[in-house]
Amino acid sequence: MSGTPPHYHQALVERLQHCLPAHCLVQDTESQRVFDCDGLSLYRELPLLVALPETVAQARQVLQLCDELGVPVVARGSGTGLCAGAMPHPEGLLLGLSKLDKIINIDPLARTARVQPGVSNLSISEAAAAHDLYYAPDPSSQIACSIGGNVAENSGGVHCLKYGLTVHNILSLELLTVAGEQLTIGSEGLDSPGYDLLALLTGSEGLLGIVVEVTVRLLPRPEQARVIMAGFDSVAAAGDAVGAVIAAGIIPAGLEMMDRLAIQAAEDFAAAGYPRDAEALLLCEVDGTSEEVAQHSTRVSELFRSLGASSLTVSTSEAQRALLWKGRKSAFPAVGRLSPDYYCMDGTIPRSQVTHVLQEISRLSGEYGLAVANVFHAGDGNLHPLILFDASDQQQIERAEEFGAKILELSVAVGGCITGEHGVGLEKLAQMSSQFSELELLQMEDIKHAFDPQLNLNPGKGIPILKRCQEYRALPNRQQHE
Amino acid sequence: MSDHTEAILSAVREAGARQCPLYISAGGSKQHIAGRRCDAQILDISAHRGIIDYQPGELVMTARAGTTLVDIVAALAAENQILPFEPPQFDGRATLGGTLACNLSGPARPWYGSVRDTVLGTRLINGKAELLKFGGQVMKNVAGYDVSRLQAGALGTLGIMTEISIRLLPRPESTITLCYEMSAPESVAMMNQRAGQPGPLSGAFWLDGKLYLRISGAASAVKHTADLWGGEQLDHVQDLWAQLRDMSLPFFAGDKPLWRLSLNSSALPTGDPAQTLIDWGGAQRWLRGEFSLPELQRTAQSAGGHATLFCGGDRNSEVRPTPGALAQRLQRRLKYAFDPQGILNPGRLYGWL
Ligand SMILES: Cc1cc2nc3c(=O)[nH]c(=O)nc-3n(C[C@H](O)[C@H](O)[C@H](O)COP(=O)(O)OP(=O)(O)OC[C@H]3O[C@@H](n4cnc5c(N)ncnc54)[C@H](O)[C@@H]3O)c2cc1C
Repeated sequence: MSGTPPHYHQALVERLQHCLPAHCLVQDTESQRVFDCDGLSLYRELPLLVALPETVAQARQVLQLCDELGVPVVARGSGTGLCAGAMPHPEGLLLGLSKLDKIINIDPLARTARVQPGVSNLSISEAAAAHDLYYAPDPSSQIACSIGGNVAENSGGVHCLKYGLTVHNILSLELLTVAGEQLTIGSEGLDSPGYDLLALLTGSEGLLGIVVEVTVRLLPRPEQARVIMAGFDSVAAAGDAVGAVIAAGIIPAGLEMMDRLAIQAAEDFAAAGYPRDAEALLLCEVDGTSEEVAQHSTRVSELFRSLGASSLTVSTSEAQRALLWKGRKSAFPAVGRLSPDYYCMDGTIPRSQVTHVLQEISRLSGEYGLAVANVFHAGDGNLHPLILFDASDQQQIERAEEFGAKILELSVAVGGCITGEHGVGLEKLAQMSSQFSELELLQMEDIKHAFDPQLNLNPGKGIPILKRCQEYRALPNRQQHE
Repeated sequence: MSDHTEAILSAVREAGARQCPLYISAGGSKQHIAGRRCDAQILDISAHRGIIDYQPGELVMTARAGTTLVDIVAALAAENQILPFEPPQFDGRATLGGTLACNLSGPARPWYGSVRDTVLGTRLINGKAELLKFGGQVMKNVAGYDVSRLQAGALGTLGIMTEISIRLLPRPESTITLCYEMSAPESVAMMNQRAGQPGPLSGAFWLDGKLYLRISGAASAVKHTADLWGGEQLDHVQDLWAQLRDMSLPFFAGDKPLWRLSLNSSALPTGDPAQTLIDWGGAQRWLRGEFSLPELQRTAQSAGGHATLFCGGDRNSEVRPTPGALAQRLQRRLKYAFDPQGILNPGRLYGWL
């Protein structure tokens, strides 16, 4: 933090001490360091204060106080986000929700779970397993990421091709407004009267309100699931195979692609038996009743073979299936071992454009002199190019960022979007105007005003603020690279 | 089959200048249902129709809002694909735009998603006569707020949708309907139990002492599940599901008020079973008869949901429960953000909006 502390600093600290026990308030710089960034560590900032409420009532009081004093508030779940959405505001309060971590109730008959926002994604499925149920969206970060963060980012996972994103799998939220008022959004039914605030809040990146409880839908665990893994000699051939599966009328539970560099990194990391010599790898999971799985895995195997698969493996046990996924789910950290740092992009494109886009990325990779490993939710067109660079070299940082921006603009140019699941945060603010017109951005700004007239929730993120906001508090040093 | 965006834009511009509100109409199939009566000047957008882009391989279609569902379903059938949300077609008059505005989905909704779940992007004209585009034609898109899904159930009070992109599904290979004789409470228990098992359920409704379960998917799975679940296998019942979808079963005939209850799927049924139809695996219940909204709302609320006067009855008063002060304030502000002059479908959703 630099410069003089804001005028409310003293009052904020004193009054927070009345609403929170001492161990829920983090004041000293050293202890605050663990909160200075999310999963995108290129962007760092220390907050004025960190508050970690243990009850919803405490969270309300904190918000009421910040509202009264005009203090910016940034929500944080587990800090695994990849767009600097949870990066603190230097003059604001970081509201960590990790201590609200209880599973309140599971209703096996209605197939729902009511949980607090700090509960990790995976632990919902673990708790539901006793009833043969699970929570479908499974981000690769699911061991760590919180359900509150999932709602704020509308997170997906490798199974969202068939089972949808967070927005398709939640029923209701308890929301705190910026002023600390509490509102139930959604219901135990499948819809609610009036405007669909549940849809609006999902993916709103902590800009419209703070989620303090989530009711999710649970699904019956499929009787069986099987992964078909196929290697191909070219990305184009793998792309065609993806199209062929869909054209055959099969919606796989997951359909993932990796390119050569990603295959090798993942294989070094997980020893899952990936074909090291392949140019592209497909992982296709089919699930359902055992008859359905048998029928579909035969069909998919035939398709892959007829389209020139150079290798083919069909999982024969749960352990093997888990191992095949382990390679994919650890792809980011695996690629991370190839280079000091990596920068993960998140554009989504029409499936038909995949060969063209990957060729362009490979050309840009040469132009910028930075290697790229591609991990790809192929079934739904969501690309994750991982740009390898060294953050100790300022020039490389700049090149990586420029390269990333080019990929996002390319995604928009071929009919896609700048982010499929990671969100805009601070990182992609500049690219918002390649996807949206000024009028569209102004409409979103008006929505923000409807919920947060003083612009105190996660200011400077998500939606670029264009007009009539001279009072608007921009981040002083927008990009502090360390 | 042509583009009337410019004409709609100028109609909204003019309405704004003259402060003269509009009632947006396309097929006219839902004018007397779903919302309150709205007496504003009719803006007929039915000519703004036609499929703009259909890529079967991408499972995505973009169509103008005035396109009828019948036209869409026919185009999809040629490629062996379906609209996941199985919307009511209402004698062929229902349009894609009206369906999204009213958030109407049919029997498959709990398993394949609602029209709201299926929408990927929209172009819309707000009350300031600005043409805006949100979302897109790809499956995943989290840039900016989800303004497209916000239109679902807004009854046209936030904008006039001109184009809508939706996600599609392949047609299931095979379908079987199973029938069981049982009471309403028994059926609710069974619907929920079966929905919690890994079978390819795609419909579950109860009427007149009978529970109907529909299973759809890979032929092998459907046959296996049917054998496992027992019950009477009904043949040639496509019409039954189509009539349920289109609300043209005898249950829906006549002019007694029709109430819709959206509830926790496992809630015990209350009220006269002879006047009840339970759909969506228990989550949507239809009730015929003279009731008061507050009375039914109390029942619905205790079952975790809400009641609406869907059709008939007094359509000048509120047909949905009035939300609390905070929810009202936020909805008013949202309305203001899109339509500050209150030009679009005033009073259609709530009297105060
Ligand atoms: C290795 C790795 C793999 C990943 N894989 C995937 C993947 O497969 N799919 C995917 O979608 N994402 C993935 N992510 C991204 C990330 O895990 C998700 O975005 C996740 O939902 C973030 O959750 P979190 O609890 O860590 O949120 P945080 O990072 O703490 O916060 C994310 C945003 O949500 C806001 N927020 C957090 N909690 C709340 C709340 N209670 N109320 C309101 N706003 C809140 C924050 O202000 C911030 O803007 C991955 C990340 C990593 C590091």
